[in-house]
Amino acid sequence: MLNASVWPTKDYSRVPYSFYHDAGVYQLERERLFSGPTWSLVGLEAEIPNPGDFRASYIGETPIVFHRDDSGNIHAFVNRCAHRGAIVRRELRGNAKDHICIYHQWCYSQDGSLVGVPFRRGIKGKGGYDKDFSLADHGLKKVRIGNVHGALFGTLAEQSETIEDYLGEAMLGFIRRVFSRPVRVLGYNRQRIRGNWKGFAENTRDNYHASLLHDFFRTFGLDRPTQIGGATMDGRHRHCVTWGRAESSHDAAKAAYEGAQVASAGIKLSEQSLVDFLPDRNDDINIAIMSLFPNCVIAQISNSMATRQIRPRGVGEFEVFQTVIGYADDSEEMTKHRLRQANLVGPAGFVSMEDGEAIEIVQRATKAAPDASQVLELGGKGEISDRDYRVNDVPVRGFWSYYAELLGIEPEGAFR
Amino acid sequence: MNNDLFAAHRLLAEYGALSDSGKYDEWLDLFSPECAYYVRPRENEEGGFPGALIYCDSRKMLEDRIQALRIASKYNLHNDRHIIGLPRIVGEVGDGFVIEAPFAVYQTEQEGDTRLFATGVYRDRLTRSGDALKISEKVVLVDSFAIQSLLATPL
Repeated sequence: MLNASVWPTKDYSRVPYSFYHDAGVYQLERERLFSGPTWSLVGLEAEIPNPGDFRASYIGETPIVFHRDDSGNIHAFVNRCAHRGAIVRRELRGNAKDHICIYHQWCYSQDGSLVGVPFRRGIKGKGGYDKDFSLADHGLKKVRIGNVHGALFGTLAEQSETIEDYLGEAMLGFIRRVFSRPVRVLGYNRQRIRGNWKGFAENTRDNYHASLLHDFFRTFGLDRPTQIGGATMDGRHRHCVTWGRAESSHDAAKAAYEGAQVASAGIKLSEQSLVDFLPDRNDDINIAIMSLFPNCVIAQISNSMATRQIRPRGVGEFEVFQTVIGYADDSEEMTKHRLRQANLVGPAGFVSMEDGEAIEIVQRATKAAPDASQVLELGGKGEISDRDYRVNDVPVRGFWSYYAELLGIEPEGAFR
Repeated sequence: MNNDLFAAHRLLAEYGALSDSGKYDEWLDLFSPECAYYVRPRENEEGGFPGALIYCDSRKMLEDRIQALRIASKYNLHNDRHIIGLPRIVGEVGDGFVIEAPFAVYQTEQEGDTRLFATGVYRDRLTRSGDALKISEKVVLVDSFAIQSLLATPL
């Protein structure tokens, strides 16, 4: 039975590998984490601009649909028929007045309420449902939506913090920064990784792997270990944004990348625009990777921007569903620039493809060692708090701290 | 078989063989001096989104891709096997024509496990260059747009 004694240390500087493999752990995550008082990214308001638009998504492995009704309000519900459990809306996106399950034609409105069932009164006075059968009792399970500047978060829990309290001021600020203008979806990509979903949550909270694992940075002279940046967390240390500044004082538009090129060993990109940074806003932050508990990453790398949704598929596999975005008012040239820079991210990304391999080789090697632990000590042990330098593991320990609390396996006197 | 179609067969056979044996300089030589190469998820094609998995709108970008693959990218150690289906000519443009050909790529990892990595269709704009054909634009439209593990070696 899983309990607090699973943790070798109270500061989460050791995490047993069983958390990547144990089916019981995964079951507990489904109950207490994905169905618990957390908010998961489900999609973007920009994906459903018109009345009647809907899109299918997930919270954990639970299929959901979010839908803009004819009055413009956004609703979301679990995409599972209240009758016999079938997927109700099978298309991934579209526009509809209602949702009808193909199996026995139960019909739901745009907010997921049940509005009609066949044979309710039977046939020729025979059969049908009992008189006490009420449509109101059999709607699709509602998902509460929190809309943060057009980024839509959903929760399956009936009670939880507000989305604003859950994210905290620092994270809200970084979301506001990316969503400062109306966004436009440039496309999607999906990556299936044969690893545990938490491997990706950890990966996006550890900034220093980038200059080590993603050789593209170093090979082309783009890495700047001295770059000013840091890791900022929310008050509970469950979320994290790691960020770096272009710090090019005389010409922000040319960005740090280009200056560093001089130092490289004569290996250059033929097409420099791949890494040109044209500031989108009034700051010189050219990299900001925000990782929100449990499933959301919002990433800005130079001028490429994307949301990533972690979609678990059992204990040993997950999908990274990435939505690449630009701004609705981007010029044609800027859109092209963003499409080029999208080469940096995603399953074929110059500075991201390796993550898939890293997480898979961890999964393979740890399977036979459930009781051994990983080591998280960079940036120091003990206290979990913000660091004003990029090279540290602390936000990963913050992730595990909140994770332990949610699962009810927090050791006594543990760091938070 | 007419000459264009025969030449397209020959080009695709070379394309697959050179990719699978990692001869990327020769592979690059199959492209025109001015060319483009895109790998697009079918999901984006159908939804009308311009985004791609790989977006090289110039030969320089394609060369950077190959250079990065050789000296920077770390990926699952594997061998590729392209199975390229019969091409058909779907249009004429300028001094060339457009073909479509279905493909499948299998990957075999170090311990000998083979899996279907990707399937889809090539939409290639081919330009006549003397007796030979060069690829002036290649769109790899992937049906299996949920990429298994990662995409490093060219489709």
